[in-house]
Amino acid sequence: MSAGIGAVSMHGNRFRHNFLTALLLAPATLWLVVFLVLPFIAIAVFSVGERAPEGGYQAAFTLAQYANLPARATAFWNTMVLAPAGALACLIVAYPVAYYLALRAPARWRLILLALIVIPFWTSLLMRTYAWMYILGGRGIPALLAYVGIEDLRLINTPGAVLLGIVYGYLPLMILPIYVSLERLDRRLLEASADLGATPLSTFLGVTLKLSLPGVMTGFSLVMILLLGEYLIPTLLGGGKVFFIGNALVDLFLQSRNWPFGSAIAITLVLVSVVVLIAANRISTRVSGARRVDLI
Amino acid sequence: MRAFVIAVFGFLYLPIVLVVLFSFNAGQHASEFTGFSVQWYGKALANPFLVEALKNSLFIATTSAVLAALFGTAAALGLARVGARTRAVFDGLLGAAIVVPGVVIGISTLVALVQLFSIVNPFLAEIWPGDQPPKLALGYGSIIAAHGLFSMALVAMIVGTRLGSLDRNLVEASSDLYATPLTTFRSIVLPQIMPAVVAGFLLAFTFSFDDFIIAFFVAGAQTTLPIYVFASIRRGVTPEINAIATIVLMASVLLVVLAQWQLRQRKPSN
Repeated sequence: MSAGIGAVSMHGNRFRHNFLTALLLAPATLWLVVFLVLPFIAIAVFSVGERAPEGGYQAAFTLAQYANLPARATAFWNTMVLAPAGALACLIVAYPVAYYLALRAPARWRLILLALIVIPFWTSLLMRTYAWMYILGGRGIPALLAYVGIEDLRLINTPGAVLLGIVYGYLPLMILPIYVSLERLDRRLLEASADLGATPLSTFLGVTLKLSLPGVMTGFSLVMILLLGEYLIPTLLGGGKVFFIGNALVDLFLQSRNWPFGSAIAITLVLVSVVVLIAANRISTRVSGARRVDLI
Repeated sequence: MRAFVIAVFGFLYLPIVLVVLFSFNAGQHASEFTGFSVQWYGKALANPFLVEALKNSLFIATTSAVLAALFGTAAALGLARVGARTRAVFDGLLGAAIVVPGVVIGISTLVALVQLFSIVNPFLAEIWPGDQPPKLALGYGSIIAAHGLFSMALVAMIVGTRLGSLDRNLVEASSDLYATPLTTFRSIVLPQIMPAVVAGFLLAFTFSFDDFIIAFFVAGAQTTLPIYVFASIRRGVTPEINAIATIVLMASVLLVVLAQWQLRQRKPSN
């Protein structure tokens, strides 16, 4: 084959190659731009606008909506307390489970147990939260306790119920990344640590926990970010008494129709999420040097 | 530690078991099981609003999952052919589509679409020759689009992971043996990524079928099953809701088990 013909066909190939690549990426690009990037720009623009008298949007450039954020301080306060608390509670329950699955469970059971963790995550959060409404509600556990003489115990519509719902709803999402990072752990390091005279506790703290930290931080930040926008759990288990940012957003967009103020809250929420992600990434990079853990 | 792990599994499954159990309760009351009956299933399926919501949800979930499987797979294949910088941009956007809380996706889609419709509808009315110009509004389309965003990103991620572990030698061998790129794709690449595509489709379907919060914002006048159930729950807990919950939970469990089984398939037999 002469150089000339080769060059010509190379040129044709490259054009075809690029064209096909563009064709493959076109639908996804269009979707990402129209339904992710543009909507985000839209709420950013709305958040510096003003509320029209009849409850829509009026073009403006003002930071008044952001200055007004303290008007929803209770929602922010509840979310900022219960989201980290919920993520921490998830972590405390999740770590031993992930540890057992990755390092202790018999090999033939491992995949089945892992599947049993994943399944609830992919089943309706609404239905699973409903289950707790049912259990904690007047005819559930309180009715059972009344039999043994404990009367008038209120479980549902309390912060405790919301916290329980959070742990129940997001536990799988915390277990998975921790499991992945523990499963990849080089077992020889554990043996080496024990051979060098470390106690089981110091092996755990110095090797296992340290190396699984990227998984812990991934799980923690994901759960926390999703909790920042949670609506169903506080609504169904908090009964309007435990009000989250998600509740404020539903109110502002679907009931009182103050879209600019709602947009400012949404943008703040996204900014907090980004800060959480960056902080989590920093911590895991600093402590273990590992870059990140893939989800799923 | 084993006892603790068993307790956690109990914690995860006991509430679901209770809901299922009480969906077969003959009596009205949630506190006592008075006998076995399937009357609540009959009542649920005879409720026209509920059946309508179920149909809507099935239609929306199927459409958004098909689109997500097609476009997500195409995106994963395309991303395997681009440079590191383009890839990083796409990975960031796809990651954002997965991680951004549903409430923010719902709100921003609502705001953007309402704004878009307020521009497009007068324009359509202007240029339309007949008396009844088409009017764009929130509904099936907006729910499908918003669900499709998450689902497409999910499929792209799952298929992308699979592509990354694809045996390059097979692809090279195929082209060395004078197979056209299309033949190589059909007989080498596609069979290997197919389980990931199917798993992605099933998870996308499950996500859309179960989603409440995104649809809550962008549904307009439409009702999906989770929206209907949410409204019923707020009116009061009844065994009928247990029956619906049981059907939905069992359907999702079946789909997720199928998806997991697909992902675990190592290589196709032929």
